[in-house]
Amino acid sequence: MEATHAQDHGHGHPTGLMRWITTTNHKDIGTLYLWFAFIMLLAGGCLALLIRAELFQPGMQVVTPEFFNQLTTLHGLIMVFGAIMPAMVGFANWQVPMMIGAPDMAFPRMNNWSFWLLPVAAIMLVSSFFVPGGASAGGWTMYPPLFLQGGISNDMTIFAVHILGISSIMGAINIVTTILNMRAPGMTMMKMPLFVWTWLITAYLLIAVMPVLAGTVTMLLTDRHFGTNFFNAAGGGDPVMFQHIFWFFGHPEVYIMILPAFGIVSQVIPAFARKPLFGYASMVYATGSIAILSFIVWAHHMFTTGMPTSAQLFFMYATMLIAVPTGVKVFNWVATMWRGSMTFETPMLFAIGFVCLFTIGGFTGLVLAITPVDIQLQDTYYVVAHFHYVLVSGSLYAIFAGVYFWLPKWTGRMYDEKLGKLHFWLSTIFFNILFFPMHFLGLAGMPRRIPDYALQFADFNALATIGAFGFGLSQLILLVVVLKCIKSGAKAADHTWEGADSLEWTHLSSPPPYHSFVTPPVVK
Amino acid sequence: MADAQQQNSTVLKKLIIVTVLMFGFGFLLVPFYKKICEVTGISKDKIAVSNTQMDPARWVSIEFDANVGKNLPWKFEPLTAHLRVHPGEFKQVMYRVVNTTNRTMVGQAIPSYGPARAGSFFQKIECFCFTQQTLKPGEEKIMPVQFVVQNDLPKDVHTITLSYTFYEQVKADAS
Ligand code: HEM
Ligand SMILES: [Cu+2]
Repeated sequence: MEATHAQDHGHGHPTGLMRWITTTNHKDIGTLYLWFAFIMLLAGGCLALLIRAELFQPGMQVVTPEFFNQLTTLHGLIMVFGAIMPAMVGFANWQVPMMIGAPDMAFPRMNNWSFWLLPVAAIMLVSSFFVPGGASAGGWTMYPPLFLQGGISNDMTIFAVHILGISSIMGAINIVTTILNMRAPGMTMMKMPLFVWTWLITAYLLIAVMPVLAGTVTMLLTDRHFGTNFFNAAGGGDPVMFQHIFWFFGHPEVYIMILPAFGIVSQVIPAFARKPLFGYASMVYATGSIAILSFIVWAHHMFTTGMPTSAQLFFMYATMLIAVPTGVKVFNWVATMWRGSMTFETPMLFAIGFVCLFTIGGFTGLVLAITPVDIQLQDTYYVVAHFHYVLVSGSLYAIFAGVYFWLPKWTGRMYDEKLGKLHFWLSTIFFNILFFPMHFLGLAGMPRRIPDYALQFADFNALATIGAFGFGLSQLILLVVVLKCIKSGAKAADHTWEGADSLEWTHLSSPPPYHSFVTPPVVK
Repeated sequence: MADAQQQNSTVLKKLIIVTVLMFGFGFLLVPFYKKICEVTGISKDKIAVSNTQMDPARWVSIEFDANVGKNLPWKFEPLTAHLRVHPGEFKQVMYRVVNTTNRTMVGQAIPSYGPARAGSFFQKIECFCFTQQTLKPGEEKIMPVQFVVQNDLPKDVHTITLSYTFYEQVKADAS
């Protein structure tokens, strides 16, 4: 205790830039993760706007086809590994210790490393645009044989993925250990807030599949440079096997991006419905079953690779089975709101937006799970619509909900509610203008990842591009809200949202002290 | 406090072991998938590539013949004089040609068939007769003919003679 106490009052505490570089404090690191994610969101967003600018009209106007392919590839990689995942880890850093009554993460020094690896990987990815031949252009899924060919940027991508993987694994180990070992007395597993549960399960998923991704890209690397032939057909390898191994990682990965979002929404909805979460235990079990099932559905990304019918049927039914626990969750959120005394502050708006729009994405997922349908729709804009409904109006909306929800706690100041609501409504309107037409484009047969298209797709594409610029610009409102909140927001109450009941609201001031829960609280 | 640290490092060690195992598991998936394909018979080398166009019940004899035109003192002969094939079956035979003179000469081989009507059922995929052949003094060439006898070859044809005659080609640009 003594030692921790002394540190608290900052003897030899570095300030300025060195404070952030050397910090081992979970709150600082959470902040770093979230800012990093936001910058990556804007970077990836700029790439997306270039893509949409090219697709505004048929024909080639803005970029070359080669550069277009680089844009789609890097947009995917940056958003998945640079924006969504780090944002979720940022939430875990801020919230997990406060929610379970722990003083910090289990391994603060490793925590610092987990974060500072990210900018290295990000610089590697972004700078690969400027090497001879340009950035990787084979899609974020890195399929051979394309990925085995191509220039040095593919090696940079592989290296970046390795670093990102190491960062995620270290972060996950930290989170698991913190949750298992550092809960306050009385905080039993089944009393943990749902956000903590979802992150515990997500962290296990990360530890299980990030090493597999690392192995896969290592095989790509040795195929490229060290004469192995894992995926190189000319040397007896099998490019389809890459897809099997990649999606063994890839499908759990999409749940890594959505489970913490489920957690955030499960904190926000009860707070604004002023009712406890409906079916807490079933939520925990549903999360667990989704995680387990996510290991046996990967080949739904490969229905057109010529698998035997029996395998196609297996993966079709297994994929549909995942919709059951997912449905349980949606029903529980709706039941939590049912007859609650609801108010509609910005976090709640984003959470409700999440429930409605994520569910649309779930349904299109079910459509794609039907093998004969997927064979028609694979690699069309229908798939693009599907995964943006689950990732943007799913994961990203949950991140927004969480930011608005906890911003008063983190900064001790209120955000501008009017601007927040404006952010929500503009985002939601433009989001749907952007992505809803893609369903029709996909059903009509427009292929994804192609810089030009047939004339009959022109109108919907123009519409989508308008939506894209509207959506992109709306995100600047968030930046304004956050900066305004930090600089001049009104003082926030400690228990900002009276319906919220987790420890950070009931036991800590807003903002919380730099070292919180140095003496653990007792949970009844 | 020390106790808690102890507990943390125990979990850390376990999780690192899981990480390393999963890294290995990724590589293990390679033989694993190969095995599954083998056991379930969906391996690519198990799918026998069979020629469904071939008529195994029928045999046709092919005689290969080679001649040279009057003004072309070349040595020209088939390496295989006789072959039995099924209609629809893909075959390749070789011809040998030697320029016995002491000057560079250009020749072109012209095929003919006996019986003549078999010619339209004798499909050459690759043949030295498609192009002119230029031979330096004393030069020797081994040249392929790849062919398929078509399935609809009239039933009464049992033997086809393929006969090539090499003629000297007066330089095309000279004319
Ligand atoms: C009800 C649950 C879901 C089902 C049944 C489902 C089903 C599918 C299927 C069958 C595909 C393959 C489409 C194709 O390529 O032809 C697919 C693609 C995809 N899904 Fe889902 N999905 C679900 C939820 C999610 C969630 C929650 C996320 C992420 C947060 C997600 C992210 C993706 C992504 C990123 C792809 C495209 C990958 C690519 O090819 O680049 N899905 N989904
Ligand atoms: Cu999937």
